[in-house]
Amino acid sequence: MNRTLYGNLIFELSKKGRKGYSLPQDYDRTHSTAELPEALRRKEAARLPECDELTVVRHYTNLSHNNFGVNDGFYPLGSCTMKYNPVINEEIAAMKAFAGLHPLQPAETCQGALEVYFNLQQSLAELAGLSEFTLNPCAGAHGELTGLMVIRKYHERVLSDSSTSEKVAAGNEPSPQQGGAGKGARTKVLIPDSAHGTNPASAAVCGLEVVEVKSLADGTVDVEHLRQLLEEMGDQVAAMMMTNPNTLGIFEPRVLEITEMVHKAGGLMYYDGANLNALLGECRPGDMGFDVMHINLHKTFSTPHGGGGPGSGPVGVRKGLEQFLPTPRVVLNEEEKQFRVEAPEGALGSVGSFFGNFGVMLKAYAYILSLGRENVKMVGPLATLNANYIKERLRDDYLLPIEGLCKHEVVFDGLVDKSTGVTTMDVAKRLLDYGYHAPTIYFPLLFHESLMIEPTENESKETIDAFIDVMHTIAAEAKSDPELVKTAPHNTPIGRVDDVLAAKHPITTYWKSLEA
Amino acid sequence: MNTNSQNHSAPSLTGRAGGESFKYFPHTEEDLDVMLQACGVGSVHDLFADVPEAARFQRDYELPQALSETDLRLFFEQLTHPLNAQQLICFAGAGCYDHYAPSVVQNLIQRSEFLTSYTPYQAEISQGTLHYIFEYQSMIAELTGMDISNASMYDGATATAEAAMMAWSSAKKATRVLVSETVDPKVRRVVETYAHFHGFPIQLIPAENGATSRAALDKELAEGGVAGVILQQPNYFGIVEDFTGIADAVHDQKGILVINANPSDLAILKTPGEWGADVAVGEGQSLGIPMTFGGPGVGFMACSEKLIRKMPGRIVGQTLDSRGQRAFVLTLQAREQHIRRQKATSNICSNQSLMALYVTIYLAVMGKEGLREAAEMSYAGAHSLCDKLLATGKFRLTFPGQPFFNEFCVDYDGDLDSLLSEATESGYLAGVKVGEKTLMLAVTEQRTPEEIDELVEILGEYKNEKI
Repeated sequence: MNRTLYGNLIFELSKKGRKGYSLPQDYDRTHSTAELPEALRRKEAARLPECDELTVVRHYTNLSHNNFGVNDGFYPLGSCTMKYNPVINEEIAAMKAFAGLHPLQPAETCQGALEVYFNLQQSLAELAGLSEFTLNPCAGAHGELTGLMVIRKYHERVLSDSSTSEKVAAGNEPSPQQGGAGKGARTKVLIPDSAHGTNPASAAVCGLEVVEVKSLADGTVDVEHLRQLLEEMGDQVAAMMMTNPNTLGIFEPRVLEITEMVHKAGGLMYYDGANLNALLGECRPGDMGFDVMHINLHKTFSTPHGGGGPGSGPVGVRKGLEQFLPTPRVVLNEEEKQFRVEAPEGALGSVGSFFGNFGVMLKAYAYILSLGRENVKMVGPLATLNANYIKERLRDDYLLPIEGLCKHEVVFDGLVDKSTGVTTMDVAKRLLDYGYHAPTIYFPLLFHESLMIEPTENESKETIDAFIDVMHTIAAEAKSDPELVKTAPHNTPIGRVDDVLAAKHPITTYWKSLEA
Repeated sequence: MNTNSQNHSAPSLTGRAGGESFKYFPHTEEDLDVMLQACGVGSVHDLFADVPEAARFQRDYELPQALSETDLRLFFEQLTHPLNAQQLICFAGAGCYDHYAPSVVQNLIQRSEFLTSYTPYQAEISQGTLHYIFEYQSMIAELTGMDISNASMYDGATATAEAAMMAWSSAKKATRVLVSETVDPKVRRVVETYAHFHGFPIQLIPAENGATSRAALDKELAEGGVAGVILQQPNYFGIVEDFTGIADAVHDQKGILVINANPSDLAILKTPGEWGADVAVGEGQSLGIPMTFGGPGVGFMACSEKLIRKMPGRIVGQTLDSRGQRAFVLTLQAREQHIRRQKATSNICSNQSLMALYVTIYLAVMGKEGLREAAEMSYAGAHSLCDKLLATGKFRLTFPGQPFFNEFCVDYDGDLDSLLSEATESGYLAGVKVGEKTLMLAVTEQRTPEEIDELVEILGEYKNEKI
């Protein structure tokens, strides 16, 4: 990392009269924007930087030196599946022939792109044990929202169908699909208290009311509490959202019972694919009874996180729910052997302007083809082995709150020895000094000092052993020199930041910083 | 290689027939031995002993066998053969534009420190990301004339839908959100989808000669209960609308004005801030991002200071570090889902960060003059094309007398579909059909005078039997 060149903003490198671009000069200048009425034009030119090309290149290259990516070192960020982002996938996504495609050009002129979309969604359907996917959502949370929309659309349909049939045969029992009782809309969604924050947030955006399901001491769903909730309000339940393995990295052992109970009450089961990586090769959400799910292509299917996007959050559904998927949909006309873009009736609507983040889909598809069926099935087992190995090797110094097998990630509750006052935050910051990214900290909320480590299948035993050694070193430092750990990091471009100052007097633009 | 080997019956610890290694998996048989022993299990599959037997996946996936890197390249080369991915000279817009992409931008965003990092939670080793987002926010705020920008949204359509939800949640006694008919129908559809499930009505304000009907808008505002008004500039048909007085009328009703703007035109056009908008949103793809079949682009959202705590998405703020240096950090996180759960302003978390970097570097390269020059060229090209098309006598303006920027609509009396097919066969994407007789064409600084002339020739000389 570059410590000496840290600091400037691009605006501070700007000098009037410099430029970093070149455009052709031979164009028809008959018209100019001076023709537009003054009332439609901006008063003053936008204060964008004026820089020569090399200044721009150096500035952003130097900025990159203040960053840490998977290519720089081990990135055990729990719940984020920071796996290797293969370089060949970048080459394919950057192919000029894809970059130059307009999303509205005739389907017969872009069959290659439609084939990628169609085949990727089919591959995901096979991997998930579901019927069809839409690739339109741009991120995991976008996928959750889309999935919940599918579920609400399904219930709207059930409700309108049953009220039609009731009109025809008044006095009959309502259809069993409707949960046996209610005539009203299903507006509640059951979410375990251990869920990621996006689950309840997506439910709220989708107009659903969140009902929390308690966890047992071992972090798994309290099935008795679920049963009680279903008895109380089963006919109002639209769905239950579940992450499996859950956010503690533990497989929900009673998942089959849970999906059956919710189905019996007329609700659908939503699978949050955040932790799907653990299950590749061993288990499919569709086979566990889930009806709707999303996948984070930027986790399980190796597309880069890009510092927070662009991701992709495909949503899959079981047979019978395909009609509700958002438009546009890419379909294969078997007779003509042509892919088409369709907007069939019955769809829930649209969740984006075009087909979602197509460039990301290319990378995911290239990844699946590179792995092939013989290697895809090793992803979950190897990721799980790496996590369990770390669990067994670190439990002497770090508090393991839950015994037993974990899946692709392991959660510790801080150091075993709490007497030093060294917190999970301190451990995380000290790891930065040793050249590691920190694990996820203070999530899940079930423990006070959560430290969640996800190694992925790509990390070698040597890398993991070295990390384990550093974790032990930090535990020793916490005893011998706690101040060293509490004031970490020491070797990074900046020290710990003042979050409170940032929030109290928000300065969110360069212009605002000039006033301050 | 025996590809039919079963998951659970293979003798190898890895499950791979013959223990063959794979380039993304570093585990040797020896490593596996040691690690399995440390875990107290005999095989990797034993780590799934807690999965109920009925849920275990017991066969091979129906997927192709692994492709070597060479075969993978060949596979995608075949998919991008001109027959499968025709490179048309692009006069289509409708929300996705073929603008000039400076070489340095693509190169710099591919740097792995940017590309392979996560959301910048650990500020000490994420200053690269935080720093460029701060620059991005500054540039977007400056272009839109607003106080504050967030760190990006998925796309222009979802940014508009989020703005509609912001308006709805800020309103006290509202009954609906108004959307102009001149907003891109694809954007409207997303807004309507979000609104339907979130639970508030959307009402369409009709258009008159391709622009928002002021009479209709004023009538709805006079009735009250309007949480927000959503307009687009330039609108879907390319027309630059005059929004004078609208902000005051909306604010008088305690509503919020949202303007969906095309950022590449904001070098010239009056900003959403100058129109008095409370929220500016839009699609940033026009800032030099390759079309890539519609994504990834980047949505943007900027707002006035008073709405900062209602804004969805990440926001980066300036602060100090423990050594007294200027530093950047994710801030105002109390709005967000990982803290507030169902009470968050939105469910958005990851956005399009790398594309925000794209926009930042693009704007740094183009700068104050370059953005204006590209906009001038696009404007001049579109008006030149329009003049020439009208001169053929085969086309007439769909919305006569309306000022437009770099996109416009013409009506054609013949069979528009066969005209467009003819253009496609000659290698041109002549525009987007937006009505039975109406063609919408866009011109960017990428289109040469020769291309414009050739398109006019193709469209003007086409002998349509139905005429």
